[in-house]
Amino acid sequence: MIIAQGTPAPAILSANRISKSFGEIPVLFSIDFDIRPGEVHAIIGENGAGKSTLIKILSGIEQPTSGSIGFDGQTVVLPPNGAAESMGIVLIHQEQNLAEHLTVADSIFLGRELKKFGFLEVGEMRKRARAVMETLHVRIDPDARINTLSVADKQMVEIAKAISRDARVLIMDEPTAVLSVGETETLFEQIRRLTARGVAVIFISHKLDEIMELADRVTVLRDGQWIATVGTEALTPDSIAQMMVGRELSNLYPPKHEPDVDAPVVLGVRNLVATGVKDISFDLRKGEILGFAGLIGSGRTAVAEAIVGLSHRDSGEITLDGKPVNFTRVAQSVEAGLAYMTKDRKGKGLLLNMGLRPNLTLLTLKRHLKAGFLDTASESRALERAVRRFDIRARDATVAVGRLSGGNQQKLMLGKTMESEPDIIIMDEPTRGIDVGTKQQIYHIIAALAAEGKSIIVISSEMQEVIGLCHRVVVMREGRLAGLLEGAEITEAEIMRYAAGIKQSGHDERSV
Amino acid sequence: MSAASDISEKPKRGFRLELKTVGPLLALLLLVLLGISLNENFLSYSNLTNVLARSSFIGIIAIGATFVITAGGIDLSVGSMAAVIAGLMIMVMNWLIPTMGIGWGVVLAGMLAGILLGGVAGTFNGLMITRGRIEAFIVTLGTMGIFRSLVTFLANGGTLSLNFDVADVYRPVYYDGLLGVPYPIIVFALVAIGGEILMRRTAFGRHCAAIGSNEQVARYSSINVDNVRLLTYILQGLLVGVAVLLYVPRLGSASSTTGVLWELEAIAGVIIGGTTLKGGYGRIWGTVVGVVILGLIGNILNLQSLISPYLNGAFQGVIIILAVLLQRGKRT
Repeated sequence: MIIAQGTPAPAILSANRISKSFGEIPVLFSIDFDIRPGEVHAIIGENGAGKSTLIKILSGIEQPTSGSIGFDGQTVVLPPNGAAESMGIVLIHQEQNLAEHLTVADSIFLGRELKKFGFLEVGEMRKRARAVMETLHVRIDPDARINTLSVADKQMVEIAKAISRDARVLIMDEPTAVLSVGETETLFEQIRRLTARGVAVIFISHKLDEIMELADRVTVLRDGQWIATVGTEALTPDSIAQMMVGRELSNLYPPKHEPDVDAPVVLGVRNLVATGVKDISFDLRKGEILGFAGLIGSGRTAVAEAIVGLSHRDSGEITLDGKPVNFTRVAQSVEAGLAYMTKDRKGKGLLLNMGLRPNLTLLTLKRHLKAGFLDTASESRALERAVRRFDIRARDATVAVGRLSGGNQQKLMLGKTMESEPDIIIMDEPTRGIDVGTKQQIYHIIAALAAEGKSIIVISSEMQEVIGLCHRVVVMREGRLAGLLEGAEITEAEIMRYAAGIKQSGHDERSV
Repeated sequence: MSAASDISEKPKRGFRLELKTVGPLLALLLLVLLGISLNENFLSYSNLTNVLARSSFIGIIAIGATFVITAGGIDLSVGSMAAVIAGLMIMVMNWLIPTMGIGWGVVLAGMLAGILLGGVAGTFNGLMITRGRIEAFIVTLGTMGIFRSLVTFLANGGTLSLNFDVADVYRPVYYDGLLGVPYPIIVFALVAIGGEILMRRTAFGRHCAAIGSNEQVARYSSINVDNVRLLTYILQGLLVGVAVLLYVPRLGSASSTTGVLWELEAIAGVIIGGTTLKGGYGRIWGTVVGVVILGLIGNILNLQSLISPYLNGAFQGVIIILAVLLQRGKRT
């Protein structure tokens, strides 16, 4: 199906004056939304703006409190529990919904397995899975187990699954949040292929440049209200950002204050070899923000985990304030004033079923003991301080952390990390999947910490963030240091050259 | 909860949370009312102390199980462990009689042996799980068989009996009490209070919940996951030892049928009390209520004549399923 440019085709899926409340709390107010075949329609807004609720309604997972859904020009009630997939509306979740132990082919046909006389047609399913992969131009073995795949490949499997179900509307919740630049490009190619075939794609993203590149139209939500739906050509990243937050975002990144040239080295790493790390050396100076850029899987997280003792170190030397250290447990590195903040806030950072207070103090529970017993009053005081310092917003302190928005979870995790009063903080993807407003807050917090004399490593896959925030940038590639950039060298093109292996800073051990 | 000032204090789902908290208590109240209406002897002092004293073995074990389960583990071996500890305790006491003579010395030595054996058995389970990296279910299924078989072997397929004179000295530990309250109930209460404090007010309790909730988060939060896990199994073993030293004076013997299905009763008590089977949340007082509920069901069935007491297990089963069903309904 080819959609002629300029003549708007009738909408395939539309929301008409949709409102939604959870109990007494309204989250969406009379939203209008529609998507046409072959179109990419982006939904953007800060965390808590109602984006996720809207797509849940559009895919039938939630029912609207009022308003109606139109599908193919008719008013319909979408069946719940993902049954709307049979109508061709497929939602790809933010947290990927694949059974880790199944094979790729099993996953693609999950729930509608091909059967003959009640027995599975394993060969046929494998063949078709391979065929779908081929139409996507990806090379994933249909027999591979899901848990052996990279995040990007898992996403491709989800897309393959959607395609094999003849999806007419594909809804993606932040598909690029966990992808590297290269993987994002591949994903976008897939999306363009799908739209060329007439599939409608709705996607949520926080990355404005991606939206500019991919989307035909953009709908902006703020605080559950519809703000605007505009053609992308009429937009600039600045104007989108402004609509999202309702205020000027002139200074997303705080001004850089370079550390003193003779600032002492607080963390030294020499020839570190560990799982996923082949050989890396670098120095972190007092008051410095050192960026770690590179593709996903290039070993940045592995370096951090080897330093703080989360994973085994094969060889190499680590010094803290010039003294050699060897952390085998996280407790030791925390004790020494070196804290690591994970990128996986839901899987490794926070206890989602618990309240704010136990989460905040989990790392530093020892400080809240009085004669061997927990002093909950002291914990509450700590929470009060953290809420004020990091602007954490929650309905009440007992609400399960899993119900907070991503931005507030991130700020809580930052608060938890800072509770240990570290001098060196390694932040892994500190702004993954959070809105621009919260990002800005976190950037300013990071800059303020550095100005206080704390030293910070920021591992990030968002190039703009590394460029806007860091004094120096280590680019990693395949477990090694590919390049070290300073000052004016820190540009997107230069980082990419090192990350992709086009440029390399000599094989001689260049210590940083 | 006195938390941050700019965070509203009013829980929005207050009613549901309330229901979840008081659910087991409500069930207990209903059972008591049912008991009163069926038989006037139900509320008598002797009946109630009898029920509680019988429940205290399972109760003490179940308190240990609450920690194990909260930390995301399971211990299926406690019933067999109780049997083998009872058997070994009796053998130790009988063996000591020639050197120590009949008296409290032998009994105290036996008690000490019981607690130590429990600690050793728990340590074995815990080490296999944490250092051996074997699933708790598998390890304790294995030790369940090992312990059960050991006691059968030690008793030569029959019964191990405590020397009659020593049993006489020991008997008051089960049958006597302080101010009319039998000792098993007193010990049960003390263990429950200690357990509640340990769970609620110490880093150990918080760490158990954290590990059960998400082991990775616990590891990244510098908690020594293996050690905390190991400690829960050691604690479980020690508490099995405590339960056994109260149990032995009741009959003065141990056989291959001692403690059969105790593990299931203990786990059932824990679950009825509101602790989540997959870990992450546990409450000791709930376990106490759960165990008492199970005890009362049997007692009420014995006190009436309409329904056969042989259906005891069926009623307990229904209660367990209902409890989990209600828990799930409240977690949306």
